[in-house]
Amino acid sequence: MESLEGKRGLPRIKPPFPATHGLYNKPTVVNNIETLANLPYIVGRGPEWFASIGSPPKSTGTRVFCVSGHVKQPGNYEVPMGVTFRELIYEHAGGMRSDKPLKAFIPGGASAPFLTPSHLDVKLDFESVAAAGSMLGSGGVTVMEEGTDMVWAALRLMEFFYHESCGKCSPCREGSSWLVQTMRRIVAKRGQMQDLETLVDLCKNIEGRTVCAFGDASVAPIMSTLKHWRPEYVTLIQEAESANLIKLEPAGVRH
Amino acid sequence: MLKEKHATEIEEIISRYPVRRSALIPLLYLAQREEGFVSEAAMKEIAGLLRLTPPQVYETATFYTMLNLKPVGKFHLQVCKSLMCGLAGSDTVIGWVKTKLGIGPGEMTTDKLFSLSAVECLAACGTAPMMQVNEDYYERLTEETFDRILADLKKDGTCSLKTGPFMWPEPANAVKGET
Ligand code: FES
Repeated sequence: MESLEGKRGLPRIKPPFPATHGLYNKPTVVNNIETLANLPYIVGRGPEWFASIGSPPKSTGTRVFCVSGHVKQPGNYEVPMGVTFRELIYEHAGGMRSDKPLKAFIPGGASAPFLTPSHLDVKLDFESVAAAGSMLGSGGVTVMEEGTDMVWAALRLMEFFYHESCGKCSPCREGSSWLVQTMRRIVAKRGQMQDLETLVDLCKNIEGRTVCAFGDASVAPIMSTLKHWRPEYVTLIQEAESANLIKLEPAGVRH
Repeated sequence: MLKEKHATEIEEIISRYPVRRSALIPLLYLAQREEGFVSEAAMKEIAGLLRLTPPQVYETATFYTMLNLKPVGKFHLQVCKSLMCGLAGSDTVIGWVKTKLGIGPGEMTTDKLFSLSAVECLAACGTAPMMQVNEDYYERLTEETFDRILADLKKDGTCSLKTGPFMWPEPANAVKGET
């Protein structure tokens, strides 16, 4: 709506909601293209037909999942909600691209916390993925094979969030910059143990303290990789310590 | 001046909206189509057309990364470097640009033909690695297709490898772009 009004794309504070005060301050209905794409079929064949597909009660119908990363046949797959990640990754997307096993996957786009091979039998519906500690979000499923550096992966996503932060709320604008700098330092093997505390502290101070959900989303990669693969962070830092590479660097320097 | 050259198009764009300011982004895009980037002169002119102040135009123009505020090459290569493309080898693609054209992100070749930006996710993660050249997507890049894209762009100004369809199994003649 802000873009349509010719402004910077910053979120509006809600309430009032767009349904009463939207574009040009008039009532506005905003719908995802996915919702609109489903409508003709629901209207044409009836809601019972739609509800008979997928995983009731809440996750009915089909969804298009975009499988990316280290699989043989990445791409977009429309499947009924409720199939398992194992089926989506190994049957539809052709399995892992090489003989390296799966190490991690992101179930629902960049803002969804990472999951591990033990979550492969989780069903692709909103409730099951939430129960596994993540979310189905955009439906972007990213698969990583054994040998992928999880700290690097979290940094790549963090750089994305840093770049995409609109800059309205300080916790997200400044916090994402700090997170990127701290992560780059760790990946470059110049990190210190206390950086891990800094990361968690920053994440906690971004989460829930911003106008839109972007702030919450931006901490997911770091928090979840720290949860499942903390030893990888520790190893990088220990290597830095043993090689005595640590130089104190002024904070706030743009890399 | 945009006004002289595109008077009818500008009128048409402004007439689409109940509020003049809404025409801002489409007009910035028009300016970019004209010069390859949005110049300060163009922003001032657009401000006049929409009865805005130049800072109002500037604040919007600086927000959207699809608007170039500096000159770019005739072919602006935007290689996606986010995680999903990174897993599929986007750093390698950036490496090809470096070895084949001698430019890194943010640079332009001396003949002003190519410039490179490393950008964030362009929503083609399922067909990574990918790059956008001006308005076209080129996906599932391999060194072979990449070479062909560069050669075709130089020769014809366009390349038939743009935008899918992408499917599995890959059609045997996919590389030739005759799907
Ligand atoms: S990560 Fe490259 S298109 Fe999404």
